[in-house]
Amino acid sequence: MDRKKQLQQRRVEIAVGLFVVMAIASIAILSVKVATWGLTGGQSTYTVYARFDNIGGLKERAPIKIGGVVIGRVASITLESQYYTPVVELRINSMYDEIAETSSASILTSGLLGEQYVGITPGFVIDDIAMLKDGDYINDTKPALVLEDMIGQFLYNQSDD
Amino acid sequence: MIANALQQIGRRTFDVLATMGFAVMTYMKVVFGFSRMSVFVPLLIRQMYVVGVQSLLIILVSGLFIGMVIALQGYQVLVSYGAEGSLGPMVALSLLRELGPVVTALLFAGRAGSALTAEIGLMKATEQIASLEMMAIDPLRRVIAPRFWAGLICMPMLATIFTLVAIYGGKLVGVDWLGLDTGTYWSLMQAAVEWKQDIGSMLIKSVVFANVVTWIAVFRGYHAVPTSAGISKATTETVVQASLMVLGLDFVLTALMFG
Repeated sequence: MDRKKQLQQRRVEIAVGLFVVMAIASIAILSVKVATWGLTGGQSTYTVYARFDNIGGLKERAPIKIGGVVIGRVASITLESQYYTPVVELRINSMYDEIAETSSASILTSGLLGEQYVGITPGFVIDDIAMLKDGDYINDTKPALVLEDMIGQFLYNQSDD
Repeated sequence: MIANALQQIGRRTFDVLATMGFAVMTYMKVVFGFSRMSVFVPLLIRQMYVVGVQSLLIILVSGLFIGMVIALQGYQVLVSYGAEGSLGPMVALSLLRELGPVVTALLFAGRAGSALTAEIGLMKATEQIASLEMMAIDPLRRVIAPRFWAGLICMPMLATIFTLVAIYGGKLVGVDWLGLDTGTYWSLMQAAVEWKQDIGSMLIKSVVFANVVTWIAVFRGYHAVPTSAGISKATTETVVQASLMVLGLDFVLTALMFG
């Protein structure tokens, strides 16, 4: 009788143990497979800034890409107080720390209706060109294309002819 | 006349305050009410088996089907915009932020909450609780606290398992059946889901819901009218009140966290 009860208790404990292990495993899988930790998945980053004339529809957390490969994310978008120029804070993975100062940043759209992202075109490297460091500004920037402006320009050019 | 009316208001206020104070005191007693770990842990494990392990099947099955149905419906809409790649984020975010904790809490209220109320109510009706008191054993510690803690611990775990199974259910339909690319499904999901915001909100919500649902179940049982009609009423009230509280609180929590 006592032995039977012990066996039953053992079975209950094994079931609860399995249940707990299952729960821990699922939170681990959720963390690894489904989510990213923070902006860049917990990897170390460095920050550079870029001033744009117009950021279009760029959002925080938008990807930064070189040749289509995501190298970081937009951390924040602010207006510089003096001239009201938008400044975009770019947080780039430390793995990609050899981007020349002469590189240019542009705001592009993936596909016709897709999200906007910051595309970086690597610049040339000769002896006295330094690499982008933490806190640097990218000087060569191209603003986002605004469809209304383009159409306006197009119509203006048409009427000229 | 006016004095009478004032007296009425005063008495009501006292009643409300007394009930609230009583509820809070009972809650505190239950939450911090375990004396010796060597006594408490075996009782807790036993209740975790009843409340958690035995709810696992319904959680797994409904998680799988809810994930599959979201993927199927989402795909139908998204594919007409050529945006079926966003299926992964849609499934994951809707499950993590809302459906995971809410549906788990509703199922938990129906599966485990009603059972808790009925069990405790019947203990009261058959005077088991009174006899515990006769033996100078505090029923709050011996009966209520292990059940409450078991619910509190098990529901977040069930919600996590539910969400994971549902995301895999979505993958089953989206990727294996409708032919979406596996890489697209997972990588876009990973880009959209953030740990602190989304998994964190799932955990916070499910802890809050666990508190509410288990507390209602236990309290209703403990204060059930000790007759068969009383127990059936208490069980119904548990499911109804717990479900309503969960849905209402979910809106409040969502507004606080994402508003």
